[in-house]
Amino acid sequence: MDKHLNVPFTPSEAAALRAGDYVYLTGVVYTARDAAHKRMSEALAKGEPLPIDVENNVIYYLGPTPAREGRVIGSAGPTTASRMDKYAPALLDLGLKGMIGKGKRTQEVIDAVVRNGAVYFAAVGGAGALLSKCIKKAEVVAYDDLGTEAIRRLEVENLPVIVVIDSTGDNLYLTAPEKYRR
Amino acid sequence: MREINVGTVTDTVREMCISVNHELSQDMKDLLCKAAESEESPLGRQILGQLKDNMDIAREDMIPICQDTGMAVIFIEIGQEVHFVGGELEDAINEGVRRGYTDGYLRKSVVGDPLIRENTKDNTPAIIHYSIVPGDSVKITLSPKGFGSENMSRVFMLKPAEGIEGVKNAVLTAVRDAGPNACPPMVVGVGIGGDFEKCAILAKKALTRSVAERSDIPYVRDLEAELLESINNLGIGPAGLGGRMTALAVNIETYATHIAGLPVGINICCHVNRHIVRTI
Repeated sequence: MDKHLNVPFTPSEAAALRAGDYVYLTGVVYTARDAAHKRMSEALAKGEPLPIDVENNVIYYLGPTPAREGRVIGSAGPTTASRMDKYAPALLDLGLKGMIGKGKRTQEVIDAVVRNGAVYFAAVGGAGALLSKCIKKAEVVAYDDLGTEAIRRLEVENLPVIVVIDSTGDNLYLTAPEKYRR
Repeated sequence: MREINVGTVTDTVREMCISVNHELSQDMKDLLCKAAESEESPLGRQILGQLKDNMDIAREDMIPICQDTGMAVIFIEIGQEVHFVGGELEDAINEGVRRGYTDGYLRKSVVGDPLIRENTKDNTPAIIHYSIVPGDSVKITLSPKGFGSENMSRVFMLKPAEGIEGVKNAVLTAVRDAGPNACPPMVVGVGIGGDFEKCAILAKKALTRSVAERSDIPYVRDLEAELLESINNLGIGPAGLGGRMTALAVNIETYATHIAGLPVGINICCHVNRHIVRTI
């Protein structure tokens, strides 16, 4: 069913979502992909603070194209989430409540989603021009030297995402194709 | 002998990089629209509708179709009567990529070393496949390749006894494993024969062929049709969220091989299967 939610979440909101829900997110999300996750993981290993507060927040696995003059951002669709699988459980255990990406996750990530009442959303891969229209403001907040891989704070309005893995461990990537298999 | 200044190559490649990342070729547009009409899953139809809207926005507002504007893969067929002047050809191609990706606000997605991983900040170097052909013209095919789907590509070194069934299994295995990661509906490029690297290059080249064209070889044409149906029976669907439209096309290229081998390369591309051709 269609839902409209504000982000960051309140502590229980993510856990109430179910696989298959079509959700429009409004508020703040942070971008991070491979290189930013590696740096955050190294920071945690050294006991240093993360450059963003992940608690109740959502990370969008995104490396946008550069913005043209006068624009907020360039093309802005999701990247493959599995490359962040190595790093995601630690962030979820720190209170991260949502991830937006595309593609399969490992059992370790699914377990961490369940353990923390979080959620994994898919945005439609390859729809970066369309999705960019939902981004109203973008600013680099950490790791500027990483270029497209820097951490950005995005203000989004009605960003369309689909719940793939929910806090009960239900996984739409496993259940949905069954209905259409012949 | 015809002289071509490499500056012309640079200008051509620059323009190709920008154009191909903002508008899909007509063959791809037609297939996506057809898929949106025939998808059975309601969510799948909604997703395909988003992809159609995305194509329109990309073209009208000059926003790249996908944020992964790819690594520039170039096939360049050089007429043997051509003499390049004004500099080195490879530098000229890379300069075209550099200018295209910079001037076109495209993403710089290339790291200079696979393990040190520092971004080259201009999307160079390109991956360039040269071939020498008869004539005095230069044909450039550019296919920026996104890595969500590239990462799901495979090479299988089958035994000759595994035959055509082995090939079908290999393709279905690659597509099944790719699932939602490769941004379906995908285009599946398959190279059969050659050797280890030749089958992979054939698979890549197959992706640059129009998805409206079928193979000239009767058994290959049949195999393309059969595999497309089998793939669409997997149920993966648009974005991997269930449905009939898992692949838009299967393009197969073949080549001679060794008596002991049956190499199969499977290069998967997402629905943003970008290819563009220019002749100088």
